[in-house]
Amino acid sequence: MNMLTEAAVERKLDTMDEQPAIKMRGENVTVHYGDTQALFDVNLDVPEKQVIALIGPSGCGKSTFLRCLNRMNDTIDICRVGGKITLDDENIYDPRIDVVELRARVGMVFQKPNPFPKSIFENVAYGPRIHGLASAKSDLDGIVETSLQKAGLWNEVKDRLHAPGTGLSGGQQQRLCIARAIAVSPEVILMDEPCSALDPIATAKIEELIDELRENYTIVIVTHSMQQAARVSQRTAMFHLGNLVEEGPTDKMFTNPEEKRTQDYITGRFG
Amino acid sequence: MTDLTATPDGAAVGSKSGSLFERGARTRRRHAAERRFRMIGLAAVIFAILALVGLLGSILSNGLSSFRQTYVVLDVYLDPAKLDKTGDRDPAELQKLTTFSYAPLLKTAMETLIEEKGISVDGASSKDVDAIISKEAAATLRHFVLANPSSIGETVKFDLLASGRIDGYYKGRVTMETAELDRNVSPQQLMLADELKAAGALTTRFNLSFFTAPDASDTRPEAAGLGVAILGSIYMMLVVLVLSLPIAVAASIYLEEFAPKNRLTDIIEVNISNLAAVPSIVFGILGLAVFINFAGLPQSAPIVGGLVLTLMTLPTIIIATRAALKAVPPSIREAALGVGASKMQATFHHVLPLAVPGILTGTIIGLAQALGETAPLLLIGMVAFVREFPAAPPGGFFDPASALPVQVYNWTQRGDPAFVERASGAIIVLLVFLVIMNGLAIVLRRRFERRW
Repeated sequence: MNMLTEAAVERKLDTMDEQPAIKMRGENVTVHYGDTQALFDVNLDVPEKQVIALIGPSGCGKSTFLRCLNRMNDTIDICRVGGKITLDDENIYDPRIDVVELRARVGMVFQKPNPFPKSIFENVAYGPRIHGLASAKSDLDGIVETSLQKAGLWNEVKDRLHAPGTGLSGGQQQRLCIARAIAVSPEVILMDEPCSALDPIATAKIEELIDELRENYTIVIVTHSMQQAARVSQRTAMFHLGNLVEEGPTDKMFTNPEEKRTQDYITGRFG
Repeated sequence: MTDLTATPDGAAVGSKSGSLFERGARTRRRHAAERRFRMIGLAAVIFAILALVGLLGSILSNGLSSFRQTYVVLDVYLDPAKLDKTGDRDPAELQKLTTFSYAPLLKTAMETLIEEKGISVDGASSKDVDAIISKEAAATLRHFVLANPSSIGETVKFDLLASGRIDGYYKGRVTMETAELDRNVSPQQLMLADELKAAGALTTRFNLSFFTAPDASDTRPEAAGLGVAILGSIYMMLVVLVLSLPIAVAASIYLEEFAPKNRLTDIIEVNISNLAAVPSIVFGILGLAVFINFAGLPQSAPIVGGLVLTLMTLPTIIIATRAALKAVPPSIREAALGVGASKMQATFHHVLPLAVPGILTGTIIGLAQALGETAPLLLIGMVAFVREFPAAPPGGFFDPASALPVQVYNWTQRGDPAFVERASGAIIVLLVFLVIMNGLAIVLRRRFERRW
């Protein structure tokens, strides 16, 4: 069941040596949607500048947990979040926190590519513009270019920055969404099944990109694909029925999980 | 595995061994049902089209003639002895002269014309001869003289309205037989009119004044026009647009994007839908009580009509706007919120622009509905006989005016059959306005529609 290449294993072992700082931390996180409880006392640390994958069968609460990390659940009226989630030791559910500031630091990429129905340039420039990150037009051009470069899309779109973003292919759209998220210089990027709507080639590109982004950003990725979790993440957390089953270094999770449920899930016995 | 597919010997249950070219009884029944349904649907469509053709046909056949009008071409000598005895062209003095003083000029001009062209009067009395020209003609002369006092003493060529019955004769409404029985016209007059036509002194041409002239009294259908009604309707639509669009859009955005979803907003939502179904006359009573009796706004004024129609249009636009906002995919909102836009930024930068085509369509449909509304306007006095044009905005909003549908209603109430033609003509004008507005809605929708 081990899908890792030798090089990948080596890389992972490298990263395990140093103990990374904790970027975000969930303590006893509970989530209720109306009367149904979706998350039960989840305690999970998100290490800085690493990729942590959240896996588990559908409806296990992994997306719910992800959306708690930048308070996207606030948009759902009936959703109540309990417990504590911190970003750099500041409670993000503190009433003094402004979600706008939070989301500028914790960006998000969604399951379905959702570019704005505007030009490619406008898609990337929107975030910096509303946050006042660029004072001059040239600054903005620079931000757009670097973001698109970091997202590995620059070479494909540099000649048609003013073409509509919705005219790109699915994989390109998703990379555009990543560029859009990067453009506001977040510290954490949340990815909610970013490849589920993409073909294998586009998926490979995104995974490669995630690996590169790890240098500068902390990444939390929800995925349904075991292989993807194994390929891109350093740590993996397994959710089941709203509980965090197990969390640990990815290679350990995939080779020698402590919990039987994790073993059963990653070997495809359920889920 | 569904239980249809697997049987012990592997053959599907219900499969027939016969040829595919033979239809089973079941298939035949299904086809028959389909054919029946198609026939019924087709019949319904044909019936609807026939009804529409019938309706349009009758309106067009009655009303198209109102766009043409019969005129008497007459050289009138503006006699200073009759119009300006003092000779100083004093405007105040000229103003005092009523149309009564102009009638003799017309009489003289008519006599001259008949004499010059050698037309046989043939039994028509001199009163009959005068009655060829509309009673409105004297007013036309007076208007001209007041506007050009220097023309007194000259002979001026006028196109004067022929009287309604003569006009009707050339539109087939009046014939020799009906003229025998008609108190207002005699066969001699009709023969005289024919002679005048042959001499080139009587023409039938496009009736521009139908669109520009104000309403006229019961006895002068030939002079009645839609000017005041069209202007009144335009003023009201301006009021409706300026008030209802921002209010409705603001209300919809708040309800759809910001308001918490609870019992109160549910009740508000249901009641907005209910308001859209309230009979329009109820809004008229409300307008009478609130705007005229309580707020003291003038009767018959476009501002009151506009306010009442705004109340009526609001629910329509709110419902359309909310539907348009709902149709914007939530992923767009999430995308905006995800990069740190506030709710208001997400709404105004991303959601609203995508909803614009739907909002515009809803607004124009609402306006078109308001344009055709009659009942509430009757209650606030817009049915009054208004001959004075309202002033330019904004003052004109408070002047008495009429409205297109009310003018139609008004004309259908009058005795003279010439008004039936005018009313049908007004309906055509109203329909043209509605078609233009709906066309505009479609064009705007096409132009602004974006895919995502």
